[in-house]
This record gives sequence, structure tokens and C-alpha cells, in this order.
Amino acid sequence: MACIEILFRISDKFTATSRHYVDRLFDPDPQNVLQGVIDMKNAVIGNNKQKANLIVLGAVPRLLYLLQQSSSSLELRTECAVVLGSLAMGTENNIKSLVDCHIIPALLQGLLCSDLIFIEACLRCLRTIFISPVTPVQLLYTDPTVIPHIMSLLSRSQHTQEYITQIFAHCCKTPEHQMVLFNHGAIQNIAPLLISPSYKVRMQALKCFSVLAYENAQVSMTLVNVLVDGEQLSQVFARMMQRDKPIEMQLTAAKCLTYMCRAGAIRTDDNCIILKTLPCLVRMCSKERLLEERVEGAETLAFLMEPDIELQRIASVTDHLVSMLADYFKYPSSVSAITDIKRLSKLRHTRDFCNQLDHDLKHAHELRQAAFKLYASLGSNDEDIRKKITETENMMDRIVSGLSESSIKVRLAAVRCLHSLSRSVQQLRTSFHDHAVWKPLMKLLQNAPDEVLVMASSTLCNLLLEFSPSKEPILESGVIELLCSLTQSDSPALRVNGIWALMNMAFQADQKVKVEIVRALGTEQLFRLLSDPDTNVLMKTLGLLRNLLSTRPHIDQIMSSHGKQIMQAVTLILEGEHSIEVKEQTLCILANIADGNTAKELIMTNDDMPQKIKYYMGHSNVKLQLAATFCISNLIWNEEDGSQERQDKLREMGFVDILHKLTQASDPSLCDRAKTAMQQYLA
Amino acid sequence: VHIFSQSHLCLVMYQVLKEAVCGLIAVSWLASRPIRIKQARNLSSSSPVVSDSARFSHWTLIESCPAKDSWQAVGIGGRNRIAMSGPSSGCGFLMSVVVHGDLALNEQEKELNQRLKRLYPAVNEQETPLPRSWSPKDKFSYIGLSQNNLRVHYKGHGKTPKDAASVRATHPIPAACGVYYFEVKIISKGRDGYMGIGLSAQGVNMNRLPGWDKHSYGYHGDDGHSFCSSGTGQPYGPTFTTGDVIGCCVNLINNTCFYTKNGHSLGIAFTDLPPNLYPTVGLQTPGEVVDANFGQHPFVFDIEDYMREWRTKIQAQIDRFPIGEREGEWQAMIQKMVASYLVHHSYCATAEAFAKSTDQAVHEELASIKNRQKIQKLVLSGRMGEAIETTQQLYPSLLERNQDLLFMLKVRQFIEMVNGTDSEVRCLGGRSPKSQDCYPGSPRLFNSPVHKASSSQTYQTGTAEVEMELDHFSNGVSESSSNGFLNGSSTHGIDLEECDGDMGEIIIWRQLCGGSQAAIERMIQFGRELQSMSEHLRRERGKNSANKKMLKDAFSLLAYSDPWSSPVGYQLDSIQREPVCSTLNSAILETHNLPKQPPLALSVGQAAQCLSLMARTGSGSCAFASVDDYLH
Repeated sequence: MACIEILFRISDKFTATSRHYVDRLFDPDPQNVLQGVIDMKNAVIGNNKQKANLIVLGAVPRLLYLLQQSSSSLELRTECAVVLGSLAMGTENNIKSLVDCHIIPALLQGLLCSDLIFIEACLRCLRTIFISPVTPVQLLYTDPTVIPHIMSLLSRSQHTQEYITQIFAHCCKTPEHQMVLFNHGAIQNIAPLLISPSYKVRMQALKCFSVLAYENAQVSMTLVNVLVDGEQLSQVFARMMQRDKPIEMQLTAAKCLTYMCRAGAIRTDDNCIILKTLPCLVRMCSKERLLEERVEGAETLAFLMEPDIELQRIASVTDHLVSMLADYFKYPSSVSAITDIKRLSKLRHTRDFCNQLDHDLKHAHELRQAAFKLYASLGSNDEDIRKKITETENMMDRIVSGLSESSIKVRLAAVRCLHSLSRSVQQLRTSFHDHAVWKPLMKLLQNAPDEVLVMASSTLCNLLLEFSPSKEPILESGVIELLCSLTQSDSPALRVNGIWALMNMAFQADQKVKVEIVRALGTEQLFRLLSDPDTNVLMKTLGLLRNLLSTRPHIDQIMSSHGKQIMQAVTLILEGEHSIEVKEQTLCILANIADGNTAKELIMTNDDMPQKIKYYMGHSNVKLQLAATFCISNLIWNEEDGSQERQDKLREMGFVDILHKLTQASDPSLCDRAKTAMQQYLA
Repeated sequence: VHIFSQSHLCLVMYQVLKEAVCGLIAVSWLASRPIRIKQARNLSSSSPVVSDSARFSHWTLIESCPAKDSWQAVGIGGRNRIAMSGPSSGCGFLMSVVVHGDLALNEQEKELNQRLKRLYPAVNEQETPLPRSWSPKDKFSYIGLSQNNLRVHYKGHGKTPKDAASVRATHPIPAACGVYYFEVKIISKGRDGYMGIGLSAQGVNMNRLPGWDKHSYGYHGDDGHSFCSSGTGQPYGPTFTTGDVIGCCVNLINNTCFYTKNGHSLGIAFTDLPPNLYPTVGLQTPGEVVDANFGQHPFVFDIEDYMREWRTKIQAQIDRFPIGEREGEWQAMIQKMVASYLVHHSYCATAEAFAKSTDQAVHEELASIKNRQKIQKLVLSGRMGEAIETTQQLYPSLLERNQDLLFMLKVRQFIEMVNGTDSEVRCLGGRSPKSQDCYPGSPRLFNSPVHKASSSQTYQTGTAEVEMELDHFSNGVSESSSNGFLNGSSTHGIDLEECDGDMGEIIIWRQLCGGSQAAIERMIQFGRELQSMSEHLRRERGKNSANKKMLKDAFSLLAYSDPWSSPVGYQLDSIQREPVCSTLNSAILETHNLPKQPPLALSVGQAAQCLSLMARTGSGSCAFASVDDYLH
């Protein structure tokens, strides 16, 4: 009880002094006000409690009022900005309160003043507010006159340069932001700062370029042509990656070059990418670096080499990268492990140790997801690299447990990694089967956000390939319903993956599986997919149909139950505006139908269909001619029932003449096909 | 125990180095920031300080002279490299005659020397030569060498691993490289491409591939494995074949090794490497051919960038070396070092100002400092005759006791006569008036320095007199150390600055003895005296090769019509006065039982000595801790 009382008294005392500071802001004598603000400034430095008190007691609106009053002396206004900047240095709550008091427009207004000291104080405060994660970035862009004005302040002093570039670096989060800054000459204005004598200015300018160039081709293309002191920007960045430069600078310069490269502004075989950027990023992944740097390094490297097999090959042999990444997993993976260690260590160790553990735990997820991303990127094209990855200690186990981690970022990265590795026939046959990766994958598919679903279903497509030993157990786990539901998704990527997986599943499948697919999907859904706006979906649906309609008994059975609709769909596509590939695929389906015993008649009895085939036999595209000829060839094949009648009927329709003409075709396979068909008549 | 003692030694040495360096930084800080000194000086009048600070700018030059005789490390480091380039370029010349005047070869040699010097500046090649080619003596018979011993080809049967053959480079890798690197280009992988690139110690069997035996390490092309003193390899990197460039980097600081392939680092291959390894390659099947690059050409891998990283690391380690509890002592010690340095080199005004502002006592009496300063100025301006005379007046027994020193001074005087700068010939040349006989003016009494320091008022006057004293010549001086009094001094005809001005002109004219016939005769006469002094010395004290050479070099000047551009012309350079000046100064100080080296110079020398000791004991970090880096 006594304790509490003392606490109360102390906090009372605190509030009392705080109130005294606030009261002095309302003194009628401006000189006293100024002294009050200066005293307040000295009182709040490094004192979060005092800062919170002053905010609660309403100091902020008064300070803002004084700052904005043109009647206030410049000195007073400057001191107000300094105190506000100090308040912003406190907790996130402080920042929120300041933003709620509309401090940002007030400070931006202050920048119009001509006094440099005052401008610098305002900018310093704005900087502190804008770099906080709780501040809405958009507030910088609300007034369109702000950016050009700030841009013009870049030349005023080293301090304005530092604060402004830091604000830009934090407030450029979307392509729109990039374009606003770009259009107001950010590149020309900031480029000279890269050789500023101040390290802070150089560093913040560099950060600006990294956020400006990220996935922005226009900015990147402009950057390559910029000269700083007669030197190309890429050379300036390359120099900033030298190994004696601070790590932060090396890493950020590597990011800039990575983004420029990915935007197509620098070739991937350029020496500054191959011999400088890539090794620099690999170094960032080493054990000697801080956890944050390792995460950023790995993510940037993954991004850099994603589309380029040569970079992937080089990275895979650089500084043991593949095994270096395995170290990313050697941090406590679960909270319980941490608390265990903490409980044990409390007896013996200091608080520093626990803080270290908290720090590690915070970064453990980030490290794992970064490693998965980098593995995914490394293994996306080269079979040898995939083998090297899967042979890394416990790699498959790590992926499997990554798939069911609580952090969605880790799950997504793990499934991306799995997807990348699933492109390997050998891995599908061996490690994927040994580790039963399909199980966690199926679980992941049950209930996951779309981005995870896309990756997981795409991986599933590969696992359902005919030679994959996982195909059987997956089928047995009732995946068909799940895939069918994917085809109804709003996301085209998910629809493609769903139907693609079904297509793979139907390839050379049992009758039972095929029937199950048709039943589960339903003809209605099938036809809806055939009119899908996404060509990929259409192609895979046709592929599914083609796989369903293979081997004679299957063809006849499916055509007997769904013949009418299928013929309708085929007609529709052949008559519609579609690409050559789509039409070819459709003609192949028709050819498969023509291979059935009873199914043939569906074509023969159709008034239109033979005419359509005839049309495509005379098409200018060889592929379509070939597919159509194949179809006719199936229809007139000798040894089958009723072949004579069909031959006669088609002869009447003028097919023999066309076939005869095609035997003269310049394309050898078309020519062969036509000759084989002609032989049916001759026999 | 070995490792411990070595690292312990390192730390101790770093500390010594750091201490020395901090002192130097303090001095150069003073030198670069005259404001501080000016503040002190504002108490006095400004002009003496100006002349002192003008001397200050000389300080590195003056510093470089003790290096020659006493601080071996610095001296050898600087000079031997020059000496090296002499014989080696001579060699190159001979070779070019043999190889039908192949200019390209000479060029390559030059490029190689330049690159090696740039990469490994800390290596003393007289002690530890760098590998420049494969050794025709240290190889198995199945190895053939060509192209200046840089190309290696296999000439055995290549049937079994018993036919493997290796060759080592001519020299082991010196520890003072810090980081060492060489590259091997695969010209042809031959039949099977069983090639190994790596390192081995002297005496390891050459009928093997590198890596198979103890103290042997290799990276093999056929399987990409690394072999660490073992017949079975570990998976390490990619395979390599025709057209690939494989690099091998030895880090002598942490004793590790990594390889590169086509400019990409493959990661650490070996740790805990022993010292004194030789670059080694091994081949095993017919047709295998590889070319080495020990620095003849630019490397594919950016080794200099890697070195930059390690230089930064080592320097950060030095910067962060803890001073511990002795922080107070530390500052006092640095101040003492700086003060003693200033006193040693007779920067009286600055020394006094510094001592006052840092609350220190000056251990030598002011008059004595000034005497030395006077003599040094004379030597440095080339007025040797006056310098000798003044020395004899002020320190009567010094040169008598030290005949070698006197001889050295006289030889220098002869050189200055040739130069036309010595007072005797200048009088004869008639261009400059000056001779030491014309001192009008009356003797003056000087306050003792102790007394001056007692009050700021007297201090001021004291320094004011210092100013005048600079421009005065003392006459009939007694041994100043006895009582700190100068019996008298008189105004000199010209001041020393004017001398310096004249010297500039002389260099432009460059006429023997300033062009005067009388002066030439005097010079020749002086030469004869010198010759007889030399003979006298030899009779009395036996042969002295240093003296003999000194005299021979000096006399050689007369053999050329234009001595300045002759091979011995360097003697005429004013920078050559500095070692003479320093030796004389040290000798004077010794007679007063004062150290002949200032502690600062001593610790710089000690630091440099430590570095060479580190190089000898295999601590590679010495490569990146050059004392020179801290001197400016």
C-alpha cells in the first residue's frame, strides 16, 4: 500500500512539472513563452515519460499553433519544431498523437518559410514522423505542391539532403509513389548526392534509388544513363559494393543494381552483375552478417537470379551458398523451445542472453522464409542444383515442416521451394516420395490463402504427373473434389492449376478415375471452363478432354453419356475466334472421338462437322491441317465396322481430292499422313 | 602453446604499434592544425613560430633519415625495394639480350614487379622472395616447363595414379603478403583432366597430386573435390576443364584457403594451414597443360577487393584495441612523446608552447636546444663548413672523439662544395656574401628556460628572444649544458631563409661549385685534405668500408661533366643532408646523456621492427598494418 502511494506521489509530481511546462506556453509575454519552450526542450530529451505527459496535457496543439503563427518569432517557431521533433522520437503512440493533431500539414507548411534553420527543424521532425511505421505514407502526397517544393529544398544544405532523402526512401511504397517522385525529377536531384561528403546523405540517397528502381522499368532505364561526376551510375553503385565499404552500403547498392537488372536495364551477363552484385549478395548471406542483413541478402539474391539459369548456376557454386543457407534453419523454430531455453538460462545467464534469444526468434521465421525463397530461385531451372539442394542436410524434412509452420510467409516460401524442386523428374520419383511431401501439401491446400493455394496447387500438378509415385496416394486422398472446387475459383491462376492437375490426373488414368473426374466436375462446369476468358484455362480444359477421350473403350463410354454436349462444345470452339493452339487441341479431341467405335458416328451424323474438318484440311496452318487429316484418317480406317460406308460418304463430300492434294504437300509429316489415309481407299 | 604465444605476440605488438602511432597522430595533428599552436604562441610574438612551423612541414622528411641507420625495419623496407629494382631490372636487361631482345618479356617482367609490389607492399623480397614462376628444380620428371617456366605440361605415361607429377613454385608464400593469390589457366585438360591445383610444403613427394600427402592441399578438376592431406577428397566445388581459370587464395591471417573459378569465389577449402607453403600444381594424364599467373597478368578474380576487406578488418582491430585502465597515463605519455620529439629536433618555440599548454617540464635546457637547432639548420641548408665549425665551438671534444663522424661531415662538406652551397665556396663564388667571421653586435645574456617558464610575462620575453636568436649566430659560446648560458651571440650577416632562396637558384644553374674557378680550386684542395684524412684514419683505426665507399661516391661526382644527372648525382639532393643532420644531432645528444633517438621515433621504429618480426614469425596481419599508413 505504501509503495503504491509513493508511486502516486511520484507520478503526481511528474504531472505537476509537466503541467507547469505546458502552462508556460500560454504566457502572455512571448519572451517567457520562448524560454518555456526551450526549457521544455531540455526536459523532454531522452525522457519518454515526460513526452507522454506533455502530449496528454495538450502541449502539441499549442506548440503547433505557436509554430504556425506568423507573429511568432522565428526563434520560437524553430524551437517549437525542435520540441515536436523530440516528442516524435518517443514511442509509436507519441507519433500517432502527433499525426492526429495534424502535425504533418503544419510542418509541410513550415517548409515554405525561407529560414534554413527553421526548415531544417521542420524536416527533421517530418523525417522522424515519416520513418515510423504507424504514419500513413500517403500524407506526403496529399498536397501535390509538396513534392516539388521538397525537391527544391534538396540544394539547401547537407541536413535538408539527409532528411529529405530519408523521407523519400521511407515513403516510396507503390508504383504511384515512384512515378510522382520520378516525374518531379527525383533522379536528377538525388544522383549528385551519391558523392556527397556526408556518409548519411550518400546512404539515404542510395536507399532512395533502391526504392525508386524496384520493379520499375522506366526508373531503371533512366538510371543507367545517369552520369554522376562523369561516371555511370552503375559504376558508382559497383564502387559502393567494394568490400571495405559499410555492409549497409554494399547491400543497398546491390539492391539497386538487382532492381535495375530485373527491370531489364542491365543485362544479366554484365560484369557488374555477374562479378560484383551476385558475389556481394552471396556474401550478405554469410554467417558473419547480422540476421537482418542475411534475410535481405537472400531475398534480393533470390529476386536477382529468378529468371536466369546462368546466374543460378554461378550462385550455386559461389562460397558454398547452398550449405550456407542450411545455417538459416539453425535458429529455434518454435516459441516453446525459446521459453525452455529462457527458463534454463534464467538461472545462470544475464538478460542480454534472453534479449539475444528474442531477437533471434523474431528473425528465425524471416531467415527460414528467405532461405526457402533462395532455394526456390536457385533450383528453378537446373537439375543438378536441385539435386544439390535436396542432398543438403535434412532439406526435405525442413521443407515438410515449413509447410505446416504457423507463419504464412514461411509456408508460402516453403511451398515455393517445393514447387521449384518438383520440376525435377528425379526428385519426384525419389525424395518427394520418400518424404511423403504430398501429405502436408494436401493439408496446406485445405484451408489456405490464395497465394499459398496457387503455389501448392501448382506443385500438386507436378506431383500428379503420370510417373510420380505420389500420384496414387494423392488420388486416394480424395483430391478430385478439391481440384474441382479450385476450377470454380475467381483467380485464373487457381482455375488453371485446378484443371491442369485434373488433366495430369486423367492422363492414361483408369476408367474409374476418369468417370470420377467427369462426375465431380460436372459437364456444366466443364463447358463453363471451355468458355473461360483465360486461354490457359481453356487449353488445359481441352487437354483434360483429350486425356479423358483416349483409348477406345473410354472414348465410347464417355461419348455415349456426354457425346452431345462435347460435340456442341467442339463445334463452338471451332467456330469461335481462338488461337491456332486452341483449334489444334480441339481438332485433336475430334480425332480422338473419331477413333472410338460408336463415337465415330457422332461425327458422321453431324451435318456440319465433316465440312469443318474439310475446311481445316485446307487451312494455311500445317498443324491444323495435320490434326484434321488425322481425324479423317481415323474415320476412314479400314478394318473397322462400317468403314466402307464412311469412306463412300466422305468420297462424295470431296475428301479424296483434298487428300490427294495433301499428298503433294511440302510438309513431310502432313504428306505422310495424307498418303496413309489415301491407302485406306486403295486397300 | 605455439598458437597462443603467436597471438599474444601479435597483441603486444599491436599495442606498441598503436601507442607509437597515436603519438604520431598527435604530432601530425599538431602539424596540420596550426591554430592550436598559434593559440599557445599568441602569448609570444608570431614570427618565431612561423619559422618553426615551416620546419614542421619538413618533419616527415627529417623523420625518414633516422630510418636509414637505426630503425632497420623502416630503412630496409624503403630502401631495399629500391635496391631490388636495381639488380632485377639489370637481370631483365641481360635476359633480354639472351632472348634476342624480347621487349615484350621485359614489359611483362616490369608489369609483374609492379603488380607484386602493389599487392604485397609489406613483403621484404630480400628476406622472402615472392613466387614468380615454377621451379625447374623442384618438380617430378614427368613435368615439363616452358614459356618462362610458367607453362606446365605432362610428359609421363599417365596410366595410373602412380604416374602423377607435381611442380612447386620457386619460393614459398611469404607471410607478409597477408593475402596471397595466384591463378592457373587450364590450357588443355588432356586425356582425363586429372589436374590438381593447390599448395604444398617443401619436401612433399612430387610424384603425387597436390593434396594427397601431409602438408599438401589441392582442388582437383575431374571431380571438383578438395584434398586436405588425404588420399580421399571432400566434395568442394564444381569440376574444371579446358578454358577455365582457377585461382587459389591463401589468407595468412587466419590460415585459410579458398579457390575461385572464372572469377567466382568457391568458398573456404582449407583451414589451419601451416606456414611456408609453395604454390603447387599436379598433372596425371597426357596432354594436360596449364599456365600459371603469379601476377604477370591482371587476375580474373578481384583479389584486391578481398584484400581491401581484410585491410579494413585489421585496421579496425588496431583502432579498437583497448587501452584499458590506463587512460590518464595514456594521454600524459603521448604528450611526453610529442614534447620530447619537439625538443629532440630543436623546435624550441613550439616545444615550449606545447610543454606549457600540457603542463610538462622540458628536460633539456633551452640554450642547448637552440644550439642544436642552429647546427641542424646549417647542415640542412648545406653550409657544412659552418656547421662543423659551430659544432667544434659549441661541443669542443665531440668531433675530436668521434673521427668517423667528423669524416662523414667533411665528406658531406665536399659534396656541398661540388653543389656550390658550402659557405667556403660560396664566398669564393662571390654570389653570397656570408662568412662566419663578420659578426658585429654585442654579446647578450639569455635567461634560463626554467626561469622563463615561471611567469607568463617572462615567458613572452623569453620567446621573443628566441625569435631573435634564430637569426643570430652565437660567438664564443661555452658548453651550454653546464649552466644554460650563452656567453654571447652576434648578428649574422644573412638569415637562413635567404640561404634557402639561393639554393633554389643553384639547382637551376647547376654549375660545379657555383661556377667559380677559385671555388673549384678550393674544392679540389679540400678533396686532397679529405683524402689524406681518410688515409690517416685508416692507418690509425684500420679499414672502414663505409668510409671508403662514402669517399669514393663523393669523389665520383667529379668524374661527370654534369654531376647532377650522373648515376651518383643523388648525393647532391638536399634530402641527403637529412641523415647527416640526424646523425650529428644524435651524437650531440649522446654527449649530454640524452637519448640519441626521441621516444616517438623509437616507438615508430619499434612498431616497424615488430611488423618485420611478425612477418618472420608468420603473422600475416602485418601486411595490413603498415606504419606509413599512420604517418599521414
